Amino acid sequence: MKLSAFAIVASLVVALGLLVGPIFLSDYGRYILSMWIVMSIAAIGLNLTLGYAGQVSLAQGAFMGVGAYVSALMTIHGWPLPVAMLTSALVCLVLGWMLGYPALRVQHHYLAFVTLAFASLAFLIFRNEEWITGGVDGLANIPRPYFLWMATDGSLAFYYYCLGVLGLIALGYYGLVRSPWGRAFLALRENPVRAMSLGIDTRRYILVAFAIGSALGGVAGSLFAPLVQFVEPPAFAVDLSLKLLLMVIVGGSGFYFGPFLGALIAVLLPEWLRFTQGYYLMLYAFFVMLLLVISPSGILGIADKWITDRKTRVASAARAATASAFEETKQ
Amino acid sequence: MSKVLEVSNIQKRFGGIYAVNGVSFDVHEGEILGIIGPNGCGKSTLFNCILGQLQPTEGEVKLDGKVVTGLRPCDLNRLGVSRTFQLLQVFPQLTVRENLILAAQEHKGNMATRLIGKRDAGLTGDADQMIGFFKLAHLADERAGGLSYGQQKLLDAAMAFMSGPRLVLLDEPAGGVNLTMLENLKERLQAINKEQGATFVVIEHNMDFVMSLCTRVLVLAEGKVLAEGLPAEIRANPKVIEAYLGH
Repeated sequence: MKLSAFAIVASLVVALGLLVGPIFLSDYGRYILSMWIVMSIAAIGLNLTLGYAGQVSLAQGAFMGVGAYVSALMTIHGWPLPVAMLTSALVCLVLGWMLGYPALRVQHHYLAFVTLAFASLAFLIFRNEEWITGGVDGLANIPRPYFLWMATDGSLAFYYYCLGVLGLIALGYYGLVRSPWGRAFLALRENPVRAMSLGIDTRRYILVAFAIGSALGGVAGSLFAPLVQFVEPPAFAVDLSLKLLLMVIVGGSGFYFGPFLGALIAVLLPEWLRFTQGYYLMLYAFFVMLLLVISPSGILGIADKWITDRKTRVASAARAATASAFEETKQ
Repeated sequence: MSKVLEVSNIQKRFGGIYAVNGVSFDVHEGEILGIIGPNGCGKSTLFNCILGQLQPTEGEVKLDGKVVTGLRPCDLNRLGVSRTFQLLQVFPQLTVRENLILAAQEHKGNMATRLIGKRDAGLTGDADQMIGFFKLAHLADERAGGLSYGQQKLLDAAMAFMSGPRLVLLDEPAGGVNLTMLENLKERLQAINKEQGATFVVIEHNMDFVMSLCTRVLVLAEGKVLAEGLPAEIRANPKVIEAYLGH
């Protein structure tokens, strides 16, 4: 079976599993899968900023927080979730664009610290500005949305709602990374000096990468709020940003499916390892360390290396065959 | 012939050291100007000052009579100025074709059409033509990182021509390229110069390559212009022989 055919069949099987599987799961199982969707969306955003455009960000958790609070406040006051979601995305888009400006001057770990400072600032606002965020008490009784006339109060209905949003985002994400923008992001990550000499306005693309990535963080947050139906500051502390970073890196930074896989591992693996009781976090940490030693480019990096090696071997064999045929013709 | 590029009294100082010290020259339309000189004489720094990679300490650069000093490289590229670097600068993860599409995509449409328009920005045909022109057709779908050094060097040069530039600055295009590839590269550059009327400025250490390709040669030494003239005049210039060419 050719690789492309394999990918199509695998995608269909996964899609079918996501549609049918949750019917047979408990409420908790559906909650975990919905959380995977939420984290996947946030990780997709970070993958665009970090994986494709090469801009380090430790603020994705903060954008999720902004999205969650904006959506919680709006839906509590009667606004429909789609409107709240768009507002969250827009607010985070603007904030992300602004956060992109430091990236025009600093890079790598310096940029990581700038974004970390933003994440800390956001956390302080969530905790201290009680008049709007509810402070340490957070915001409770966040309603779940209606889809057309149907309420999504049940775990299955809300799971499908989340899945629908993920489907739309996955399509847009696919179009983006395959468009000239995706190529420009990659050029920006690999070699910004050369990219600029080819007419690529690196400043503009850096800002765009931050803005889109942050907006997706906002969308993830606006699904998180009705999923948990309660938002509080600790949920969006710096460790969430680190967890999202881990998802992108473990899944495969700069690969389309990387965030989906990374989120799956980060959300599900601790659940699967629960039978080990107190050891599950240790095992999880050991697995992550082992993976990054074996393949710093994540799980999909292993697959990519295998495919590249295979293609190179085939191409080398073809070239050798052509060369020997040419030699025989000469004789 | 009109002047495409005018460089006036360019200086670039790093602390107390003048990497380029008052260099002036013009480049005329359709010309191939060679810039030679010993290592560290300021050739690449001069390129970087002209192309906006570095801000010159003093001096002025004009393109088609308009001052472009301090413009960003991407803005200059959109004005029709392209370049290659001393070290290879292809994108190893992309295929040969994708590298070429990337090299011209920003010249097509605007940000919005590049997002929602065709994936190849309508450049596959142009890329394939360029691939054929540089004799890389059998490698079109290979990742650039898997190509030999010489093939990557050809791709690097091809990328500089994808956007149809008027002026191309090539920094040591022959460095590390074997003789067969070098002949191929020279033929391609001459063809583009003749057929499209593109103007070149070439930094190079390979004297045979420079003397057979360039119509005029500028010699730099210690950040200053040591001599300027036809290739044959430069070969015979005693100052150039002493400072650079040797006996």
